[in-house]
Amino acid sequence: MAQWIDVCSVDDLQPDSGVCALVEGAQVAIFWMPETEAKVYAVGNYDPFGNANVLSRGLIGDIGGQPVVASPLYKQHYNLQTGVCLEDESVKIPVYAIRIDNGSVQVDLSSLPQDREPAL
Amino acid sequence: MTHLLTMARLLLCNLEHIISLPGLYMSVKQTLVVIGNGMVGQHFLSSLVESTIKEHYEIITFCEEPRAAYDRVHLSAFFTGTTAAELSLVEDGFFDRHGITLHLGDKAASIDRATKTVTSAKGLTIAYDKLVLATGSYPFVPPVPGHDRAQCLVYRTIEDLEAIAAAAKTGKIGTVVGGGLLGLEAAKALMDLGLETHVVEFAPRLMAVQLDDAGGAMLRRKIENLGVIVHTGKNTSIITDGESCINKMCFADGEELETDIVLFSAGIRPRDDIARACGLEVGQRGGIVIDNQCRTSDENIYAIGECALWNGMIYGLVAPGYTMARTVVADLAGNDASFTGADMSTKLKLMGVDVASIGDAHAKTQGAMVYTYQNGASEIYKRLVVSQDKKQLLGAVLVGEASGYSTLLQYCLNGIELPENPDALILPHRSDESVGLGPDALPASAQICSCYDVTKGAICSAIEGGCMTMSALKAETKAATGCGGCSALLKSVLDSELAKQGFEVNTDICEHFAYTRQDLHNLIRVEQIKTFSDLLHKHGKGHGCEICKPTVGNILASQWNEHILEKDHLGLQDTNDTFLANMQKDGTYSVVPRITGGEISPDMLIALGQVGKKYNLYTKITGGQRVDLFGARVDQLPHIWKELIDAGFESGHAYGKSLRTVKSCVGSTWCRYGVDDSVGLAIELENRYKGLRSPHKIKFAVSGCTRECAEAQGKDVGVIATENGWNLYVCGNGGMKPRHADLFATGLDKETLIKYIDRFLSFYVRTADRLQRTSVWMENMEGGLDYLKSVVLEDKLGLCDQLEQQMQYVIDTYQCEWKNAIADEAKLKRFRHFINSDRPDDNVIFVEERGQIRPADENERKHFKLVEVA
Ligand SMILES: Cc1cc2nc3c(=O)[nH]c(=O)nc-3n(C[C@H](O)[C@H](O)[C@H](O)COP(=O)(O)OP(=O)(O)OC[C@H]3O[C@@H](n4cnc5c(N)ncnc54)[C@H](O)[C@@H]3O)c2cc1C
Ligand code: SF4
Ligand code: SF4
Repeated sequence: MAQWIDVCSVDDLQPDSGVCALVEGAQVAIFWMPETEAKVYAVGNYDPFGNANVLSRGLIGDIGGQPVVASPLYKQHYNLQTGVCLEDESVKIPVYAIRIDNGSVQVDLSSLPQDREPAL
Repeated sequence: MTHLLTMARLLLCNLEHIISLPGLYMSVKQTLVVIGNGMVGQHFLSSLVESTIKEHYEIITFCEEPRAAYDRVHLSAFFTGTTAAELSLVEDGFFDRHGITLHLGDKAASIDRATKTVTSAKGLTIAYDKLVLATGSYPFVPPVPGHDRAQCLVYRTIEDLEAIAAAAKTGKIGTVVGGGLLGLEAAKALMDLGLETHVVEFAPRLMAVQLDDAGGAMLRRKIENLGVIVHTGKNTSIITDGESCINKMCFADGEELETDIVLFSAGIRPRDDIARACGLEVGQRGGIVIDNQCRTSDENIYAIGECALWNGMIYGLVAPGYTMARTVVADLAGNDASFTGADMSTKLKLMGVDVASIGDAHAKTQGAMVYTYQNGASEIYKRLVVSQDKKQLLGAVLVGEASGYSTLLQYCLNGIELPENPDALILPHRSDESVGLGPDALPASAQICSCYDVTKGAICSAIEGGCMTMSALKAETKAATGCGGCSALLKSVLDSELAKQGFEVNTDICEHFAYTRQDLHNLIRVEQIKTFSDLLHKHGKGHGCEICKPTVGNILASQWNEHILEKDHLGLQDTNDTFLANMQKDGTYSVVPRITGGEISPDMLIALGQVGKKYNLYTKITGGQRVDLFGARVDQLPHIWKELIDAGFESGHAYGKSLRTVKSCVGSTWCRYGVDDSVGLAIELENRYKGLRSPHKIKFAVSGCTRECAEAQGKDVGVIATENGWNLYVCGNGGMKPRHADLFATGLDKETLIKYIDRFLSFYVRTADRLQRTSVWMENMEGGLDYLKSVVLEDKLGLCDQLEQQMQYVIDTYQCEWKNAIADEAKLKRFRHFINSDRPDDNVIFVEERGQIRPADENERKHFKLVEVA
């Protein structure tokens, strides 16, 4: 069952750019694209190629119609809806359910990985 | 056993005898002597060693000059800083590697055909089996009285140029006798040496061989506009003592000209004396007579290059000489090959003026018809000579604009049928209609590169064989590596072949914009577009990506210079620009404050050290003479910068595609050898251009003298102090593909220097591709360095005012990006790892090494986590 919790306010987001939020111990990269239908996307902040928590600082856009973030370290692209890496489909980063409700940005806790570390 | 021993002894004592023993074969090498190691002699040697027959010859060459073959075609580059070593046509170790004996500085003095020997000036006598004469030609000096006076010089060898340079040091006026191709090139050299320059021509017009009257007149006007004084129809009768100058030239019409230097360039004469003396057939007006295999009247002696007379013709160009050289190699190998004349079409740039002449320029062919286009305002003259039926191009003359040269030449050489209205080929194009001859129209046999005789067919098979880039193609086929005149045509063949093979030659920057970076720059500038979203709506599609966003962000910054973290621009920036710092492998950043010119006071150094210590940053000196502080977390950046700014530092833009550093040596202030204040200039330049966003990073350096301690010739912009002023070098590069910078202008005062750099940088910002350093930009530019010079120094495009204004705008609107950012809450909002927590990133782990921090490696990390959990 969906379990929406408030993460931050829409004013904390950067248009056409990303921020990172700490949600129950998980680093969640949140991207706001005010001009797209989905408007807001959430994926893991950890870059599995660069082994660093940096994806929220990558550039976003679309490639062949898919919304993507490009890693700021080595430039791999990840689909923001599926988490699949465009350059290597065997690699996938977590994607989270996210929505904007009444000016508040909410993430669905049930979409977070179950084996996550306890909240710090 | 005994038998074997006997054999061995026999071998030792009577070699010749053994060789004829049945069953034992040993080849005896014949001796091949080459007289003259000039351009053609050397081309002969390098073609020979590539062929299998080289095994059969012991090769010996006499070289009269003190150095082995060099590039005479580009001799004038010697005056603009190209060294003798750089002009050399001989790879290091060439002679040794191929076992060729080179007698340097020794002239072959005589040939004895009866004994088949050559005797040299130093007294060496060598027996030959085959002899190749490649003695070239000498400059003709008209026998007017006084022609051998002091400062009466010629233009053929490096020694000649050294003499001219020395004479120019004391002289004020220089006069070239002869208004042909070479004469005008020599006049340019005199101008560049700072002399008042005259050209005296006997014929009624310049370049009488190639041009008709109208073309000659147009050329004259253009050249006079450049400051050269032209005298045509002048017959020199005597050269005597001058009054205000060393020499005075008196002409048959009674006029006189005072001049210090007299530079004869009145044509060439073949060096056939040694051939004449041994009884070889020579032409009435000189030249060693050769047949289609380049054999002289003695079947064991060949002659090639400018000393050879074929069918009554001496070819004063290098390409026909190269063809002769290859013909001889083929003939020696027993292959069919013949020299059957060469095309004398030429295209060149004389003092920045394009001039070309093709085929029968003077319309001497029976029934030939002529089309002429003349544009007095733009000083363009073009003339087409076509056959009576208007189907074949016979010849052409182009002055002032020669972009159609390759197309016309191909029509002419390959007998391609002309379009219905041949004049369309020389009329200015009013619309997009293309009248050029696409590479597809050329037959496979069409010669693309005349220097190395490379046909379109050979190029196509190299492309099929995997050469997909210009550089691969050049390396494989040698095309465009001689005079370089065919490189544009070569590129178009490459593009068209690749397109046929299904490789799209797509220059679109990405899927969101069907434009090049230069197109986008023009759109932004002309339509005054200020934001990415505006540009995307008007000219693009989709939402953008990590290619187009930073590119557009960069163009907007170099055009309008708004702060890159403004709301409209923030989402366009790469992470380095977004956080005004350089991301490292673990997601932390490094901080580089500006240290202009590498000059820093002890107090500032201490301040820097204190910040490094307080935030526990890893500290390292960069290659650009500043200090890099590593290991800063995002949330620390504003605090670090607050302290740096309070201490007097400003942003170093190490994170941006922008001016990095102006490296300097200590210069005349301290250095014993220093000629000028390199540090002072470096600081001024760095302060002037700091903050300029450009297609890629830009590096400068300034050296205080030619010892070049700042390594300015490895930079995008390099400046070196000389006794005569600043010398400017451009388009150098270190990094992955180092490139030596090119000398761009010499003896400049500071004002002119800065003006040129303004224009150069603005033009680069406007026209380069994304992530294209100045070196690659210039190398890919059609026309290369010469074109760049014509734009920046001579204002060929009439753009210089605009370019300077744009630079001034950027300079006037400079702000320290960090100073602005720390004063703006909105911009600082992103400088924290979590938007909803003050915790730092727990994945950033440091260990200590050599007394400083560094990121933990994978193993150390595992260990650390274990320790923490436990
Ligand atoms: C300034 C300048 C610009 C030019 N520009 C162009 C151009 O743009 N395009 C073009 O096609 N051509 C150009 N040329 C012409 C081109 O350089 C010549 O066609 C070419 O050099 C001819 O080569 P070569 O080997 O026949 O003669 P050279 O290069 O002159 O070589 C002959 C060599 O033989 C040596 N030699 C002579 N006699 C003896 C002897 N007895 N023993 C030993 N050595 C001997 C000479 O010292 C010389 O080194 C230019 C020439 C000059 C001077
Ligand atoms: S380049 Fe010249 S002035 Fe500069 S440090 Fe070296 S020797 Fe001295
Ligand atoms: S040379 Fe390579 S390792 Fe060294 S700083 Fe440059 S990119 Fe990094």
